Parts: sequence; C-alpha cells; structure tokens
Amino acid sequence: MMEITEGSHAVAEAVRLCRPQVVSAYPITPQTHIVEALADFVANCQLDAEYITVENELSALSACVGASAAGSRTYSATTSQGLLLMTEVVFNAAGMRLPIVMSIANRAIGAPLSIWNDMQDSISMRDSGWLQFYAEDNQEATDLHFLAYKVAEDTTVQLPAFVCFDGFILSHTYEPIDMISQEQVDQYLPKYNPAEKLDAKDPISFGMYATPDYYTEFRYEMDMAQKRAKEVIAKYGKEFGTMFGRDYSALVEGYQLEDAETAIVAMGSICGTVKDAIDEMRAEGKKVGLLKIRVFRPFPSEEIALALAKVKRVAVLDKNISLGAKGGATAIEVRDAMYGSATTVKGYVLGLGGRDIRKKDIKEIVSLCEKGVGDQFYGLRQELI
Amino acid sequence: MRELRIHGRGGQGSVTAAELIAVAAFEGGVFSQAFPAFGVERRGAPVQAFVRFDDKKIRLRSQVYEPDYIIVQDSTLIKDVNVFQGVKTGGIVIVNTEKKPDYQVPEGVKLITIDATTIALKAIGLPITNTTLMGAFAAATGEIQFSTLENALKHRFPGELATKNIAAAKIAFDTVKGGA
Repeated sequence: MMEITEGSHAVAEAVRLCRPQVVSAYPITPQTHIVEALADFVANCQLDAEYITVENELSALSACVGASAAGSRTYSATTSQGLLLMTEVVFNAAGMRLPIVMSIANRAIGAPLSIWNDMQDSISMRDSGWLQFYAEDNQEATDLHFLAYKVAEDTTVQLPAFVCFDGFILSHTYEPIDMISQEQVDQYLPKYNPAEKLDAKDPISFGMYATPDYYTEFRYEMDMAQKRAKEVIAKYGKEFGTMFGRDYSALVEGYQLEDAETAIVAMGSICGTVKDAIDEMRAEGKKVGLLKIRVFRPFPSEEIALALAKVKRVAVLDKNISLGAKGGATAIEVRDAMYGSATTVKGYVLGLGGRDIRKKDIKEIVSLCEKGVGDQFYGLRQELI
Repeated sequence: MRELRIHGRGGQGSVTAAELIAVAAFEGGVFSQAFPAFGVERRGAPVQAFVRFDDKKIRLRSQVYEPDYIIVQDSTLIKDVNVFQGVKTGGIVIVNTEKKPDYQVPEGVKLITIDATTIALKAIGLPITNTTLMGAFAAATGEIQFSTLENALKHRFPGELATKNIAAAKIAFDTVKGGA
C-alpha cells in the first residue's frame, strides 16, 4: 500500500516486518528515529523481540554478535562515529559469518565534527566482509532490508549486511513509499534457520584462534562468500521483483545509458538528482547516462565493465575520499573494473559533510569530464584553502 | 514541479508543517516530498524546511533554491535572512506578521500577510503558528485541500489538540480566502 512517511520510520517498519528476534542499537544522529521507532514497537508488543539497551555502539554490535551466534535474527543501526566505535566487532561479525543486518544512515566522520551526510562511514568498512547495499530513495531503503536479510542468511553467503541510506537526505525525508504487508514479507523471508549456532547440547565455538596454518583459508572463504553473494542477490532480487513488482536483481542499474557518450557512476540518493539533470541534458541533445551502483560489496566489477563498455568517458561521483589515494573509493574501483579499456575514467569527490549537490553541479561535472578534467575535489571553496 | 520553502525559528514547527503539507498533498493525489534543511536545531535559531509537489515521482534531492511558495513564520527573520531569495516570478509569499510590511517582495511575487500568532493564541492557546500558516497556504496556493490538511492534523495530533489546530488552520484559511 502506498503511504507517505519519513525514511527512518519506513526503515523501522521494514525491520519490524522482518521479525528480528534481537535488536540492539545506540541512538546517534541521523539514525536515531529508526531505533526510537523500534523501541516503541517492542514496548507496544508490535514486535516480538528482545530490545537490548546498551551504553554505546561497541556494546550494541557485541550484543548482536552474541544473539546472532545463538541463532537469532538480529538487527542494529548506526552511522558515522557510532560505526567507527563498532569497528572491531564489525570485522568480527563478518569473520564469524553472522548474518546481522545493520542500517547505516550515512554521515560524515570527524574530525572536524559533522552530523551531515556523506558516505565515508560505510565506505571505510569496505574491507570488513559485510555486504553493502546503497539506496537511491526510501522505497529502496525499505525494500533492501528484506533483500539484505534474505541474502545474508543464505547458507552459501552467511555474511552480515549494511543497508546504507543517506543520512538526513533520505532518513529525514517524507515521501511516498509502497510498504509490503507482513503476510508478503513472511512469504518472501522465511524464519531464520542457521546452519550452525551456539547450543549447550551441541557445543561449537565462533571466532576462535586461527594459527597461520588456518587463517588465510578463513579469509579466502569470506572472499568466496562475497563473490557468491552476487548470484544470490540476483536470484533473490528477481524473486522480490516477481512477488512485489520491484526487481533488485541488478547490482548496477543503467539510466539513459544505451547510447550515452558520457556516463556518470554514482551511489545513493544523489542518483535521483543525477537522473533529473540527465533528462535536462538529454533535452539539450547531450548524450549522458547514469550507472547506479546499488551493491558496493560485493563490488560488481564485471557488471560495471559490461555496462560501460560503449561509453567514451566516465565521471564517477564519490561522497567519500580515500585520503592520499587517487580520489574516492568508487572511482578507484571503477577504474580497476575498466582496466584495459580505452574509456577515460575521471573521479569527482563531492557532497562531503553535507554540502548540497544540485542539478547544475552534475551538469558542470559532465562538462569537466568532457574536457578531460577530473580526479579532483569538486566545488572547492578556493577562498578557504 | 512546484516547491515550497518554509522559514522559521527552531521550535516553531517548520519541519512539522513541511511534513504535514506533504502528507496532505499526497492524500490529495500528487507526489510530494518534505525535508528539513538539516542543521543543529536550537530553539530560536533560523531554520528552513522544504516541500516539493509533482504529478510524477520526485527524484530531486537538492535543497530548494527557486521556490514557487515561501512561508515566513516569523517576520523578524526578514532582516537577518534573505527569506525571499530565489522566489519565482508569479510565486506566493506568506508572512506571519501583525504589522504592515516595511519590506518588499520581488516584482511579480504576491505577498500575503496574516497575523497567525494572534490566531494561534486564540485557537490553540500557544503562539505556535505552523498549523495556522498551513491553513493560509492551502487557501493561497490550492496545493492542498482543507479536508486533506484536516486529516493530516487529526492523524498527527491527539484529540483536543487536533481540534484546536484545525480551528486555527480554518480561521487562517477563511481569512486568506476572504481577502483573495
């Protein structure tokens, strides 16, 4: 049913419908509305879950790890500094192969302190082993939670997943979404039935000591699971489409890309602004398209190379910066995906710490890319440097 | 696409007004989007909130720079903030004030002043003007119907508080309709 609601509340409702058995989180702007809503659901008996209140994010994810290892469907949410405080447990959760789903309301990280949006937080966890989904709008932010649990819990994957949606820009925005019903979610997402769990009658251990004889193979298995997740996402994304009309089988999605000479590559809510800018540029006769990355981990290298095979040039937008490297994480990885092709790949770091991005900025970036100017911060205030 | 920018001070309910206008517009059959100018909210500090209306799905995520409509909840903001910046020709500006304007809106822009504070004090008993100005907005622009606004208020506020806010919005709605 179509309804208009705030992004955070839509996400909380989606999580409720996923029937997590344990929720543990610590409030932090701009994620707070999600966990407030979930706490209400538990208190009002609208969600039959254990809501574990904790003193900080490190404890929140630790509680999730314990609960998940004991065989519960488990949920948390955080952002920015909260995610950084979790870091040790983020890596452990993936290493223990625990399919926890965590919403990230993307926010910049300090110092300097910023409560505003960029993607530095989740991107900084790119090597942790968590799957990473990125939402363009609140419809995706909602739906990707159903998909994330289904993929994460698949026995061929068994990895935790971030569902990332831009802090404030999506989390605090009211817009119409189509929320599927509990019955439909139950049909799509069966009860969590872990292959292995902590059980006093049949004791096993998670996250134990691995000597040099074993450690490498654990990491290899995680990498293989990430790569297998591509097919699993395609399968369950398609199933979602068949059941509810929105197909999430593609890890990357083209817009006006068929005959495009310049392709913009982007993730998250900026894709909406890019699409509107493309419509205006197309009306002026400019052959511009968008390749949206919906899944950043596993990274869809082959899919990107294929989708961009015919374009002349690529402008990659990054709301993050790998300091000291050649631009943001997406540009670096897209350049790797395009290695050996004649296509020019230029990166643009933009929208950091909440700096607003308008259609005219997208048009200007396309012009810069056409001139071969890129691999730079976009929109720097020269008077401050 | 039509766009609204609301200027207020922290605590005046600008964000709530944006949300409720979007809810009412959606119930009226258009796509809508409401969001705040994200800041560190402090009571009394200048704040902004935005609403977009369109016949198709809204994808744009930037802030609103060239609004069709502006609501100013507190006329003392006019000397501190360029509240009329970017307003489109043919646009409508609604200012809450009991005074005659000592400022000018850009040419081709319609200015509507309303003493929302007095209306809110009378109807609600509090100088919170957001819902009153929503009534004025409905009457001045036709973007939302009074009936959908009423539903949005009923849904957001409990019992008597909803009744009082609806009464305040109705006085403003009738005042603007009567003056138009």
